Amino acid sequence: MPTYRPGPVSLALAVLVALFLLMPLLAVIPVSLTPSRMLTMPTGELSLRHYRSLIEDPRWLDSILLSLRIGIVSSILSTALALTFSLGVWMFQPRFTAALVGFVLLPMVVPPVVSAVTLYFLLTSVSGLTSYFGYDTWLGVAMAHSVMTVPFATVLLLVSLSQLDRRIDLAARGLGASVWERATRVIMPNIKFGIVTAALLSFVLSWEEIGVTLFITSVNAITLPRLMWMGLRDNIDPAIAALSVILIIITVLVLIARSLITRRNASA
Amino acid sequence: MRGTLSDRMGAALLMAPLLLFLILAYAWPFLGVVKWSFTLPTPGLGQYHALLTDELVQSVFIRTLRIAAIVTVVSVTAAYAITVVWVRGSPVQRVLAEFCILVPFWISVLTRAFGWVALLSNRGLINTWLQSIGFISEPLTLVRNEFGVIVGMSHFLIPFAVFPLASAMRSLDERVLLAARGLGSSRMRTFWTVFVPMTRSGIIGSALITFVFSLGFFVTPAILGGGRSVMIAELIYLRIFQSPDWGLGAAISVVLVVFVGALMALLFRYVKPKQLV
Repeated sequence: MPTYRPGPVSLALAVLVALFLLMPLLAVIPVSLTPSRMLTMPTGELSLRHYRSLIEDPRWLDSILLSLRIGIVSSILSTALALTFSLGVWMFQPRFTAALVGFVLLPMVVPPVVSAVTLYFLLTSVSGLTSYFGYDTWLGVAMAHSVMTVPFATVLLLVSLSQLDRRIDLAARGLGASVWERATRVIMPNIKFGIVTAALLSFVLSWEEIGVTLFITSVNAITLPRLMWMGLRDNIDPAIAALSVILIIITVLVLIARSLITRRNASA
Repeated sequence: MRGTLSDRMGAALLMAPLLLFLILAYAWPFLGVVKWSFTLPTPGLGQYHALLTDELVQSVFIRTLRIAAIVTVVSVTAAYAITVVWVRGSPVQRVLAEFCILVPFWISVLTRAFGWVALLSNRGLINTWLQSIGFISEPLTLVRNEFGVIVGMSHFLIPFAVFPLASAMRSLDERVLLAARGLGSSRMRTFWTVFVPMTRSGIIGSALITFVFSLGFFVTPAILGGGRSVMIAELIYLRIFQSPDWGLGAAISVVLVVFVGALMALLFRYVKPKQLV
């Protein structure tokens, strides 16, 4: 059967776009190997000093650990909230579902800068209450990240629930299972993949979140993106290039692993 | 079955935690921001009046609309070119196109903006290379201006512009294209008179998403604009942190939300939410 394939002009244009998309990612590789302390092209010899400084400089290490901690806590919080909400929507199909889901998706749709001002308002208002929670605390950042990531987790979970066969839940219900049993022993095992994906996505979004973090941190809760931002705005530290290369490599590896897994699942 | 008491209680119990969380952590503080815009520094509509009269604020609004419009045209065009290959190409071409779309999509906005700094700055790759082959003697100014902002934002938004286009291109009936070719229409003519019109809903969705996203952009303009081509989001940041004028920052935020809300309403009149992913 003949198929409609793109012609040579389409292919040439697509190659140009592909180059444009990959160029800035490739550009950081040579910069990360410069022996100079400034952001320059290496002339002649190459050096790994900027990779070393990521491990040796406590500022980088501290912010990596902080970002991990915030990412894990906010991912657990947002996955748990999104899961209970999606289960409620799927199991009971309440009236006003569309309006409630729309409300939950707001932080994803509202311009991030407005969400940032909103969360800044919240955290500065509660700052006086306790020193653990509020503006420029790691718990405050984790909570703010949950607000921003929970719509994405909810969308993922609603999509995986929509592919689930309702009859298995009806069977469990007919056999006398309680709501708790239906949720934990029938529905959740069947959307495991969706739950894990939602948690991972929430973590990644928190790990790289900068728009909101800039508004709600100053000197204490310096996450990794926040530290990169400081380095980018003042004098540009080539350690950022080294870090970028590592992050790009991790992303590429994860994407390759994911496509291998989905391919294997599809063929199995 | 839907209306029994225990069902309603179950639904309420399961949905309540997230709804309460977002009411307390998002809806309530947003109302607080709205309150700021009417009460700081003095109660009244002063901040909104300032929005209409302040020349700096207006020039930032106009610049934001201009940059967003240019970025939309660039991103949608570029996204169209690569989506055609992603959806209609040979299996190998599809994998390569997907790689080029998804890798940048998953890499953080900071890393990507930094990549452009490394390419475009005065001692960056492009200037170093052009000088080494003797094409230019003085470095070209490619960042810290609108050009750099447009390049960086388009790069960020192309993957987002791809998804609505891909969904439109996947759902169109291939037989129509083959029929056009079979009846003697050239590749170019088939593309412009059959393929492009049939993906119209994708183009509209893609353009509106790109435009809406560009309006609230913060990180890329702040890094690649170097404080010289300030857009709305950066202006809000400056009003709140540098010249503490929370009232004006809040008022700009409210106007931005209303504007984006109107655009989204327009979007959903033309496109169903499902066509955007």
